[in-house]
Amino acid sequence: MFELLAMTEWSPYVVGLGIGLVSCAAFVLSDKPIGCSTAFVRTSGMLEEMYRGRQVREMPYYRQFLPEIDWEWMLVLGIVFGSFTSAALSGELHLEWVPSRWAAAFGGNPVWRLLTALIGGIFLGFGARWAGGCTSGHGISGTLQLAVSGWLAVCTFFAAGAAVAFLLYGG
Amino acid sequence: MLTKIHGNKPLQMAAGLGIGFLFGFLLQKGNVTEYDVIIGQLLFQDFTVIKIMVTAIVTGMIGVHLLRDLGLAQLHPKPGSLGMTLVGGLIFGVGFAVVGYCPGTITAAVAQGKLDALIGGLVGILIGAGLYAHAFPWVARVMLPKGDFGPLTFPEFFKMNHWRIIIPLAVILISLLAVLEGAGL
Repeated sequence: MFELLAMTEWSPYVVGLGIGLVSCAAFVLSDKPIGCSTAFVRTSGMLEEMYRGRQVREMPYYRQFLPEIDWEWMLVLGIVFGSFTSAALSGELHLEWVPSRWAAAFGGNPVWRLLTALIGGIFLGFGARWAGGCTSGHGISGTLQLAVSGWLAVCTFFAAGAAVAFLLYGG
Repeated sequence: MLTKIHGNKPLQMAAGLGIGFLFGFLLQKGNVTEYDVIIGQLLFQDFTVIKIMVTAIVTGMIGVHLLRDLGLAQLHPKPGSLGMTLVGGLIFGVGFAVVGYCPGTITAAVAQGKLDALIGGLVGILIGAGLYAHAFPWVARVMLPKGDFGPLTFPEFFKMNHWRIIIPLAVILISLLAVLEGAGL
């Protein structure tokens, strides 16, 4: 059992099967589909509230998504613990500034990688809330419910992502 | 009994944490906490992401609809519109390729020690999500209503029993995986 948990990699089919079963568990135990991106906007609201006070809660978006810790926020916190545990068991906890593929194409300077990741992150956070979900909420939970929004979203995510990746890496 | 569990807030917070733990554990074991794997997928060189997602979709699609037929689960499809899903999806896709993670995998990547995910990407997502909260009144008035289709599902759209969609779709998706394996990808 320990050897299995200490493996650095599981077959993608085992992982996918596991995520499918965990999704089922979320529906039964919590009556909720798995998703991640609302936790980020709630956190942004909490941070903004620390500076601007309770008027932040009057913003129309934060009336829909209260800047508070909820089920999905706990799920995202759980991801941190789960991934940390998995990486600790397999000896994969390392601090890394620049991914190797990035370094091979654009050099090892962390400043450029951090700036690019920051800009990418802004698009990701803005786009996820605009689309009403991310690769989890639309890409897995939406598609498995046969939601039109989920299938359209995931196709758009990957089409736009592939186009930009080819631009960045020059085909 | 299930409604009682669903209404118990402390229990729900613990359930969220536990489900997240398993999800994060699986994402890390699946290697999708690696920038190289995600960019490899977007460049059609490494198909790990597609293999995981397609297997999860097939499993979850069959499982959740079976549970629903048994009265143990309810569906919660998200609403959508062209102005929402397509436009938001394009913005998301650009960010997806530039940062090389998505909101779930970036969280798992941070936990593993990826500093570009923490200091760059995670901070960026918080800024982007916060900016959206400010842009929302305009987006909601001008963009989101365009081409609205609501929380529509394919069985509703085709007016078909869900299994008549699930079974052929599962066959197509599993065949796609078989083709990828056959091609050595």
